[in-house]
Amino acid sequence: MNIFREILWPLLAVIAAFVVGGIIILLIGDNPVTAYSLLLSNSFGSIRDIGWTLHYSTPLIFTGLAVAVAFRCGLLNIGAEGQLYVAAFATAFIGIKFGGSVVDIFGKQEDWSWASLPAILLIPLCMLTAIVVGGVWGAIPGILKAKFGSHEVINTIMLNFIGIALVGYFTQYFYKVPGDPIQRTAEIGKAAHIPKLNEFLPFIPVDVPLNVAFLIALIMCVLVYVFLWKTKWGYELRAVGENPSAAEYGGISPKKQIIIAMTLSGALAGMVAVGEVQGTRHHYETGFSADWGFLGIAVALLGRNHPFGVLVAALFFGVLLRGEIFVDAFTRYVSKDLGWVLQAIIILFVACFQMYSKRKGGVVKG
Amino acid sequence: MTDIINIALLFAAIRAATPLIFAALGGLFSERSGVINIALEGLMLAGAFTAAVVTFQTGNPYLGMFLGIVAGGVLALVYAVACLKFEADQVVAGMAINFLMIGLPALISGVLYDSTGSTPQIDKAFKLPMIGNQLSYASILAFAIVPLTWYILYRTPFGLRLRATGENPQAADSAGVNVTKLRYVAVIISGLLAAAGGAYLSIGQSSLFTKQMTAGRGFIALAALILAKWKPVPVLIACMFFGFMEALTIAIQGKYKMPSGEPIPIQFIEMIPYVLTIIVLAGFIGASRAPKALGIPYKKEN
Repeated sequence: MNIFREILWPLLAVIAAFVVGGIIILLIGDNPVTAYSLLLSNSFGSIRDIGWTLHYSTPLIFTGLAVAVAFRCGLLNIGAEGQLYVAAFATAFIGIKFGGSVVDIFGKQEDWSWASLPAILLIPLCMLTAIVVGGVWGAIPGILKAKFGSHEVINTIMLNFIGIALVGYFTQYFYKVPGDPIQRTAEIGKAAHIPKLNEFLPFIPVDVPLNVAFLIALIMCVLVYVFLWKTKWGYELRAVGENPSAAEYGGISPKKQIIIAMTLSGALAGMVAVGEVQGTRHHYETGFSADWGFLGIAVALLGRNHPFGVLVAALFFGVLLRGEIFVDAFTRYVSKDLGWVLQAIIILFVACFQMYSKRKGGVVKG
Repeated sequence: MTDIINIALLFAAIRAATPLIFAALGGLFSERSGVINIALEGLMLAGAFTAAVVTFQTGNPYLGMFLGIVAGGVLALVYAVACLKFEADQVVAGMAINFLMIGLPALISGVLYDSTGSTPQIDKAFKLPMIGNQLSYASILAFAIVPLTWYILYRTPFGLRLRATGENPQAADSAGVNVTKLRYVAVIISGLLAAAGGAYLSIGQSSLFTKQMTAGRGFIALAALILAKWKPVPVLIACMFFGFMEALTIAIQGKYKMPSGEPIPIQFIEMIPYVLTIIVLAGFIGASRAPKALGIPYKKEN
């Protein structure tokens, strides 16, 4: 019964969003049934499609968890985008500097690395970099909130702009291969690469980039669940989110918890770099994120800030991200921007329905 | 450095401050009534997009500006319904409005003009009129609204009720103020004003709408509002400060070089207003006090 109630409102929000989205599609002159069937058939139609859908879900699991952990402490982290950008650049930096990267500059070989570590060291080192750098970038608004009381929403938005500009600067001026028309760093060393799932699950087609990061994301769902509900630290973090003054009265420092929550949140967002830099791209590229940091907010809300809810919601958005490419391509008018609209409507409905799920069990309306 | 501090810079600062003044004053109405308005960015985009499309289609910037403002009001009504009727978390609902306005203009622009990135260029003759060639009448309007806002806030019964609602809705209610209705009005006013700022961006300063053209100005306006302690005249000063910084960064660009002799990287120039916002919020928030009931839904007691 409890589970049912938890699922009911998010489900209604999704249905409502699709109805409103359908009306919009109709209004701009396309057929919503065609659009939605394109969406579904291209994300579930075959093992290849499912593999791609899971691949698109992976960064959203991380950012969804990131936003959810902050939410549980009463904070809205709109900075996951900046956190994952900064972390991705740092991961690429370590992958280049310790991966023995040799760069071809107009036919001349140049060694950009300081060392050439074996995979057994470099893979975890890169992962650690992603976590630490993401965590640091997340900690900044946490500290600002704890020390000065400045609102984390505005600060995380500002840090998004700053972080993305900062790593853009380093990419353009220092780590881009001269002559490369694309704003991206040099390739990281092979030893930093994490394997694709197709390497041990041969039934997955070879062109599907789904990699080990997906499994790490699943593990993180479990770890975040254990942390939040089975440890003292998680309890304290949630206590601050539920009622900061009551928590403080009970001997928990809200300021400390705010910093911890934002650090963990940033670290989780930073883990997007593991899949994207070490798994898929093998470099950092300006604009590589498909707004995953922002989508994470919708994922967390739809998943009711619960790690397993986040997983389901991330898979749902994975379907949207995979399917919208085909909807964009095979309909006359609908563009990928419909994704933003659906996302906004889902967030709005979930936020509005919260009133009903809170008021269960005959709480009198005022 | 002194050679770029001149009258042209002052005009550039006024131009840059104009959309901020509109949006921040909009935010002032909403927040003084007790409703957080993080949706300013989206409301500005609604105004900017509608104004650009209408002006391009009709060649009439006044109609464009008017309908842009109306669009902001309508979108603010949606936000108000979510916050006031459904008691949605105001920050979350506000972000949803912002996300909606990233997608919706691009979607519509894609249908109308086959381009999701921007709307077509508006002929110079159809832009908002200028005084001389430095300032737009919209800037004068923005400056004029500051004393008007002050007057409404401190010298009219509506202003008194608005402030009372934001500070102590229970007391306002027992004094006969319809708290919910007043908040609806305040949020809609904020939509109208923010959209005016957006419209100025697309058909005054620029001559087309580009995706996310507000580039965080809604949030900077919000920061200015906090810095100004939710008071109209300080809002003007805070917005001028941010406008001046924006103008200065543009003036510095290309003119000054780093000690190494290379041009200052554009990324660092872009960062300045954002870094400033963080510093300002951290440094001034201690002395700044928000309306007491800001962000708290009001439930009438029986």
